[in-house]
Amino acid sequence: MKVTVDEDKCCGAGQCVLLAPEVFDQREEDGIVLLLEAEPGEGQHALVREAAAVCPAGAIEVAG
Amino acid sequence: MTGTLPAFPGVRAERCPFDPPPAIQALQKEGPLTRVRLWDGSTPWLVTTHAEQRALLGHPQVSADVTRPGYPLSAPRLNGSLSFILMDDPEHARQRRMVQAAFTVRRVEGMRPAVQRIVDRLIDDLLAGPKPVDLVEAFALPVPSLVICELLGVPYADHDFFQDHSRILIRRVTPPEERAAAGGRLLDYLDRLVGDKLEHPGDDLLSKVAERVRAGELTREQAAQMGVLLLVAGHETTANMIALGTLALLQHPDQLAVLCGSDDPKVVAGAVEELLRYLNITHGGRRRVAKADIEIAGQVIRAGEGIILANDVGNRDPEVFPHPDELDLGRDARRHVAFGFGVHQCLGQPLARLELQVVYGTLYRRIPTLALAAGLEQIPFKHDGQVYGVYELPVTW
Repeated sequence: MKVTVDEDKCCGAGQCVLLAPEVFDQREEDGIVLLLEAEPGEGQHALVREAAAVCPAGAIEVAG
Repeated sequence: MTGTLPAFPGVRAERCPFDPPPAIQALQKEGPLTRVRLWDGSTPWLVTTHAEQRALLGHPQVSADVTRPGYPLSAPRLNGSLSFILMDDPEHARQRRMVQAAFTVRRVEGMRPAVQRIVDRLIDDLLAGPKPVDLVEAFALPVPSLVICELLGVPYADHDFFQDHSRILIRRVTPPEERAAAGGRLLDYLDRLVGDKLEHPGDDLLSKVAERVRAGELTREQAAQMGVLLLVAGHETTANMIALGTLALLQHPDQLAVLCGSDDPKVVAGAVEELLRYLNITHGGRRRVAKADIEIAGQVIRAGEGIILANDVGNRDPEVFPHPDELDLGRDARRHVAFGFGVHQCLGQPLARLELQVVYGTLYRRIPTLALAAGLEQIPFKHDGQVYGVYELPVTW
């Protein structure tokens, strides 16, 4: 699985961090998404897909 | 033709105070998009299905700019400056990002012990005081008001002033001149506070907003407007979720038992999502206007046409939530649209979640005999509010 995030689209709602805090975080200064793990392990896949699905700004892309 | 369109917002059924108006909910069966009639005679689209609501709220040609012709107003629009929730990007994103850091999941989670202390103390006071008591006044309003005051740097001693004015501001039936006056007084109040923060900056969010004024990135009025938005949104919504949520749980004892019987944070967090879905207190819908023709669900929304996304009805979409009219704290309700969707999705949602998790996870465990001290038919519901809830909730134990 390959994850990419679009910082320009991100609106900082934090849904991804709630779901998969090992994969996503937020920048201290403005709350914009920080990708911690671009190729998360299998145990994270379901949560990452859910994070992409609930992201209100469509800022998370998942391939594979 | 126009005369036969259903009026929006509709009227709730007397015996079902937690359900959307039946005439509006029924529109979902007619298809994702139908027309409704508003107070001013305009006939915008009403979107009632979850998938189409998400698609449109995330659509680049759908605007939140209240000044665009065709925007479906909920009441006469007042002149004056606007908060960023009524603007489009890039200005919306520029202003939102100035305050977003205060609401990150990590930052908000750090507030959990402080919020727990506030909730514990208020429950101590409740138990030591007379009963019955109005839970709105004694608990539901103070919790979020104390929290947002601390975060923003607003003196809690002023709570009567800002709670009263917020209430006037968001009542649908408030005459325009009265609404303007209340809004003006709140704006003046926040402007004075921004002025104080410019002179004596503290470690609070309003001081950070004031810094942007000093840096020339915001006007004084924009800063005050932002303060009004954060203060009003910060206490009204959560207060209503606390009181209405408590009432809903008291009416569903089997569900209340789930919360009374568990201290698992996951159970409590799931219950919060389900109550957000089920109650969806922002019952005026999300309001937008099309910037270009948009094809969706076999219909064409023309440029300049108003769109209302009825998120309360979207949260009752059986395609996404089986048996949607049942309150079921055990279900996975995370995909609800109670906080909206798209780039305008609620900025304060991590804080709202935290406050509701602490409240729902503490109140009923500490007062397991909590009971309504009046008949359901005597409870004054906020049918006339931009945000749904109850004006009073007499309880005993």
